[in-house]
Amino acid sequence: MSDAPGITLSGRHAIDGTPLFETEISLPARQWTCLLGPSGIGKSTVLRLILGLETGGAFSGEIAATDGKAVHSRVSYMAQSDLLLPWLSVVENVVLGARLRGERPDMARADSLLDRVGLSAHRTKTPRALSGGMRQRAALARTLMEDRPVVLLDEPFSALDAGTRADMQELAAEVLQGKTVLLVTHDPAEASRLGHQILLMSAQEAAPWPVPASDPVRALDDAGALQCQAELMAHLREVQA
Amino acid sequence: MKRLDALWAVLLGVCIWWGIVWITAAPHFILPSPWRVAQAAFNSREVIAENALVTLTEVVLGLLIGTVLGALTAIQLAMSRTMRRLILPILVFTQAVPVFALAPVLTLWFGYGIGSKIVMAVLIIYFPVTSAFHDGLSRVDRGLLDLARTMGATPMQIMARVRIPHALPSLGSGLRLAAVYAPIGAVIGEWVGASKGLGYLMLLANGRAKIDLMFASLITLAVMTVILHKAVGYFAARLERYAAGGALSA
Repeated sequence: MSDAPGITLSGRHAIDGTPLFETEISLPARQWTCLLGPSGIGKSTVLRLILGLETGGAFSGEIAATDGKAVHSRVSYMAQSDLLLPWLSVVENVVLGARLRGERPDMARADSLLDRVGLSAHRTKTPRALSGGMRQRAALARTLMEDRPVVLLDEPFSALDAGTRADMQELAAEVLQGKTVLLVTHDPAEASRLGHQILLMSAQEAAPWPVPASDPVRALDDAGALQCQAELMAHLREVQA
Repeated sequence: MKRLDALWAVLLGVCIWWGIVWITAAPHFILPSPWRVAQAAFNSREVIAENALVTLTEVVLGLLIGTVLGALTAIQLAMSRTMRRLILPILVFTQAVPVFALAPVLTLWFGYGIGSKIVMAVLIIYFPVTSAFHDGLSRVDRGLLDLARTMGATPMQIMARVRIPHALPSLGSGLRLAAVYAPIGAVIGEWVGASKGLGYLMLLANGRAKIDLMFASLITLAVMTVILHKAVGYFAARLERYAAGGALSA
């Protein structure tokens, strides 16, 4: 996956003429960028713009890949809710993209991905038989199945309990290695653990925040990550006050 | 236990009926006793069965055609904003016209045979089926639609593989209503002009002061409707179970 490009987004977004944000965001190739900011600032809109989805507003500016090729078709997406189709089995959900497009799914690859996320034993179960953490792992396998170089994650771990969340963060960091990742999150701890780059979004800019010296994914007791988390938290509370 | 409940309810109903006949001492050509009705039903069983079969055919065909038309309309409405803008107001307007009022015209156009009755049944169930299914198709999680779009699926593929399966329980709710409405449509059609069917038999018996036969026909119609409702309910529950991905907890 050495061909994963960097992505840049620069411009302004307005809803019915009211500006939401004006920003310049660049996602370095093959690295994790964590995007933090208050609710309603437009983090998800940034994500939708890169995905090429409707935003309910107008964007003027540019979204480009560093290799100059098309962006939207090389991006996959994982959300806070697992978005598994309840009537399909786990493995059928993993090959959803191919099913939707009417292509013949590569079942061997799906099985190996399920193995990688630890769900081999559950491949024929329906999502309702799985726990929340297992469902997110299935969603991760589905995201990997699309095999796109850029992956956008919209708070995918926020509904999980603390232990499961830490496991999922490590699993995602491992399996998404080599891809260009944008993680939208509310959690300073998550950003401090996972980010090669941390951006704090406001209406005017997406300001970089200093990241710990160690490489992600950082240990839960990594001193730098804990320090970064505490400072980020203090800053976010200050901004909100 | 539930089956026993139904039995008790029927017994209670019959007892109340008998009580009213006994207290009011109504003559049998006004309100026949359950026993008289049972006798009439037994004596005329062939006539009743023959006419019930006609009504059942009308109802089942009406249900099938109405469901297919309703489902296709709902899909069209969900696919196209223009269709919604053009067709929805017309659909609502047609609901303002009572089907009763259309029956004579339909008989004129489609004749005295089962055609006009099927059309009546179709008309009466078309709207509930369309509206329930369209509702289900429109209420799919936006995240799912976004996901499918990012995967490069076309609107048709999203409709076939995400929206329709997701909306099957709503179609089931529409069908449950339709199973009760369809016999109403067919019987109205038979009242207005027919030479066969339970509605026709009821009118005929009434005209000849054979109130016991009229009651027997009426009860046959009610039993038929209940069985149809149960059968459709079973089918609807299966659709719900499928869309939920397995057995639903009680």
